[in-house]
Amino acid sequence: MKRSVFRNRALPYLLVLPQIAVTVVFFFWPAFESLRLSLFRTSPFGDKTSFVGLENFRKLLTTPEYYQSIGNTFVFASGVTAIGLGAGLFVAALATQKIRGLAAYRTAVLWPYGIAPPIAGIIFLFIFHPSYGVLPYWLGFVTSYEFNWLLKGWVAMALVILATAWTHVGYNIAFFLAGLLAIPTSVLEAASVDGAGAIRRFRSIIFPLLSPITFYLLVVNLIFSFFGSFGVIHAVTQGGPGGATEIMVFKVYKDGFIGLNLGSSAAQSVLLMILVITLTALQFRFVEKRVTYS
Amino acid sequence: MSAGGTFAAPARVAALPRVVEAPRRRAFDWGSVVVHALLLICVAVIAFPLYYAFVISTQTVQEVVARPPILRPSVHLLENYAEAWGRSHMPRLLWNSAIVAVVSALGKIAISMLSAFAIVYFNFRGKAIAFWMIFITLMLPVEVRIMSTYEVIGSLGWLNSYAGLTVPLMASATATFLFRQFYMTVPNELVEAAQLDGVGPLRFLWAFLLPLSWANIAALFVVLFIFGWNQYLWPLMITNSEAMRVVVIGLQDLIPRTGTHVPEWNVMMAAAMMALLPPVTVILVMQRWFVKGLIETEK
Repeated sequence: MKRSVFRNRALPYLLVLPQIAVTVVFFFWPAFESLRLSLFRTSPFGDKTSFVGLENFRKLLTTPEYYQSIGNTFVFASGVTAIGLGAGLFVAALATQKIRGLAAYRTAVLWPYGIAPPIAGIIFLFIFHPSYGVLPYWLGFVTSYEFNWLLKGWVAMALVILATAWTHVGYNIAFFLAGLLAIPTSVLEAASVDGAGAIRRFRSIIFPLLSPITFYLLVVNLIFSFFGSFGVIHAVTQGGPGGATEIMVFKVYKDGFIGLNLGSSAAQSVLLMILVITLTALQFRFVEKRVTYS
Repeated sequence: MSAGGTFAAPARVAALPRVVEAPRRRAFDWGSVVVHALLLICVAVIAFPLYYAFVISTQTVQEVVARPPILRPSVHLLENYAEAWGRSHMPRLLWNSAIVAVVSALGKIAISMLSAFAIVYFNFRGKAIAFWMIFITLMLPVEVRIMSTYEVIGSLGWLNSYAGLTVPLMASATATFLFRQFYMTVPNELVEAAQLDGVGPLRFLWAFLLPLSWANIAALFVVLFIFGWNQYLWPLMITNSEAMRVVVIGLQDLIPRTGTHVPEWNVMMAAAMMALLPPVTVILVMQRWFVKGLIETEK
């Protein structure tokens, strides 16, 4: 469709200027700086920089700690995503049964999205508290295993995963609800007239129709847990115990800000950039597809 | 899923002939009772952490550390909240968070509206480049440019300032896309009629598009307010003075670390409640806009 446009030489540039200025100064320039820094080595006092080529990347990819942080990131992201999508689909599927009160239930599960992950982390920190928390106390009736996140890496990981998934489950529910409500009831009724049972209807009608949204949420949850997870780690575990919750984003910060190893931190930034570009490209392939559906 | 059974619940029959409506006493619908019960369990599980935090915020330290844990509210709410308010410079923290959330949300909306307007209603050289530059920001979250962005802000002299806290958050590809999408749905006849009447572009934006955009603006504002309030890495990097801290970061100081502090989790939770109440209230009060904003910014 051809749209009518206004004729003006300078005005369109003035209109995009603020956006482009912010983008160039705070996005492009730093990204180029990161690329550049990743090829240099800065002395500990910051007085000398020398070109080292790909040395920072070589070092990074030969240290076990980096692979540990990749592994941790993977565990963290898949944990948050699996819990978020699973619980989200479960609640949304329940709420779209033919019952009253859909809106009330949606309200009742949506609000945790407003809680910043670090604050959620602090609340879960107390729930998991080895001496005062309610969770180790309850688990104490079942097992004598010591659920102390300060000593056991996987307990610390479970803590940050649950806290993060908690803040994000409402988001997934909102999307699944929108998707489920968009499925025409006539299709489902036709299927049940044809004798398809509830589980079969879910498997062969609802789930395929929902798969674009599921895929979209999968990518968004992965991006969110790769990059939005810094706060909860920083506020709660600081990467501990023993590096068990040190995820990639936290390591970039720690090596750069605290370790002052600018070259390595920049090299890690570049690798993360490649990761996020891949994920975003995936996300947009999906959006394109959905546009052709509608 | 045991609840699946109710999918088969009879369809609405209002349109069918009367015969179908003949009094037929239906058995009590156990299926929907099961669904409600499961949903209520889910709601309870989701609400528990917040309930627990609230309960702790009303107890004394003795009650907090009691075994078995006490899961009902006590009567020390006011003392704890007053203590948290005074101890952590809470008024200042909340004020800073409010500034960051409101200013960055409004700024984002304003500059996104303008650039989307330019992209939809003008033909200009470099339009495609501008569009792609905005698009690429999606791929450069703060987390991948931590150190160098810090240096940029430093060289602008914006460390510990509201400008540094808000301006860099204002570039938003998603908000720009939302407005672009919306402008494309505005009928072409509107522009043509306006142009026939000699209405200039800025007046068209102000008097025609803006009034049509309120629903989008409200939806976007809620989502961006939450986003701004809950920022963490950004304010952590570029502020180090007490006076410029935002509340999500300020809470740190109150966490009683094991072994070294009196376990004043009651004060901690009182402060946490104060920090999470504003964004949660915004979601609850503006729920309709919030859901719209969530779903639409992701298109």
